[in-house]
Amino acid sequence: MNSEVAHIDINEKWCKGCGICIAFCPAKVLVAREDGKAAVANIEACTRCGLCELRCPDYAISVGGKQHASTN
Amino acid sequence: MSVKELVERYCRTSKLPHIWCPGCGNGIIMGAVMRALDKADIDQDKTVIVSGIGCSSRAPGYMNFDTLHTTHGRALAYATGVKMANPDLNVVVLTGDGDCSAIGGNHLIHAARRNINLTVVVFNNSIYGMTGGQYSPLTPTHSYATTAPYGSIDRNFDLCKLVQAAGGTYVARGTTYHTRQLVDQIVAGLGHNGFSFIEVITQCPMYFGRKNKFPSAVDMLKWQQEHAVPVKAAAKMTSEQLAGKFLIGELYHEEAPEYTAVYEKEVIAKARGEVK
Ligand SMILES: Cc1ncc(C[n+]2csc(CCOP(=O)(O)OP(=O)(O)O)c2C)c(N)n1
Ligand code: SF4
Ligand code: SF4
Repeated sequence: MNSEVAHIDINEKWCKGCGICIAFCPAKVLVAREDGKAAVANIEACTRCGLCELRCPDYAISVGGKQHASTN
Repeated sequence: MSVKELVERYCRTSKLPHIWCPGCGNGIIMGAVMRALDKADIDQDKTVIVSGIGCSSRAPGYMNFDTLHTTHGRALAYATGVKMANPDLNVVVLTGDGDCSAIGGNHLIHAARRNINLTVVVFNNSIYGMTGGQYSPLTPTHSYATTAPYGSIDRNFDLCKLVQAAGGTYVARGTTYHTRQLVDQIVAGLGHNGFSFIEVITQCPMYFGRKNKFPSAVDMLKWQQEHAVPVKAAAKMTSEQLAGKFLIGELYHEEAPEYTAVYEKEVIAKARGEVK
């Protein structure tokens, strides 16, 4: 589906485990670790929509790849 | 621009991570403001960010601009002074619902009335977060707060309507859920030559959420998703269908003389004897 597999960085020091990115990822790419912080489970499904970045209150998640929704 | 670049360019990185609670919308709004400033291509060295007091008003402390963290309710008074002294500066005001509608309500009316070119972003979390969850003028009727243990009996208050009636010339409402649209609303506000007012419906999971039986910040964002109606969609809906919902999008826009420009022309020029 995606010509290029995305890359997601999670800054675990800054992530406060609110779950927002996990709940609203349209492609269900993210899951919660045991401590509640976000982790990537299904990177192949990522469409690089950038919604996790836009809604993370802590600037703790970023999507690498070509299309950047946040600053398009 | 990646998140890392955004933060490195527009934040005082030594102050991060910020102190806001997990899931608090303040960080989402501050992110939207930084993205909007970037998208609008503003000159960082010609931009002043002003706030009052509250959890939300701490935002400028994290932002790599010339910033003023002022006194409770007075952000608009300080911002008016900055803009009058140097109209070439972009002046952005970040304020809470309590800061701007309760103690600062009078300043809001008069800044809007003058149509001075400021961009105001209100973090409306429906409560006083910083001081422990007292109700604010924007707490919805029947919602709970530490000072409304039986639910607030106050009638709902639409701050956007107030600003429009007072003379504000760009008025929009966004949410922390509809983040992409929020960035564009702030860009439009920055580009508008006059008093721009963007009310952002946001979440305080710590006080409003706990008092009003929202298990998490995620549930509060779902509530926004379910209750926000874009202006265009609302035009085709009946009042029954709109009951309990709120409008998002551009609510009002007009072009009108801007205060500092009028001041320059009608006061400064006359005082200098340049015109009679
Ligand atoms: C003159 C004055 N009165 C009262 C206070 C106490 N006080 C601090 S923040 C605040 C309310 C903040 O609410 P809001 O503006 O909605 O911001 P939030 O914390 O929810 O982001 C109050 C009453 C103060 N600091 N100064
Ligand atoms: S939205 Fe940000 S802070 Fe919240 S769980 Fe995801 S990465 Fe962590
Ligand atoms: S008390 Fe509320 S507004 Fe203040 S940081 Fe916590 S969640 Fe945010």
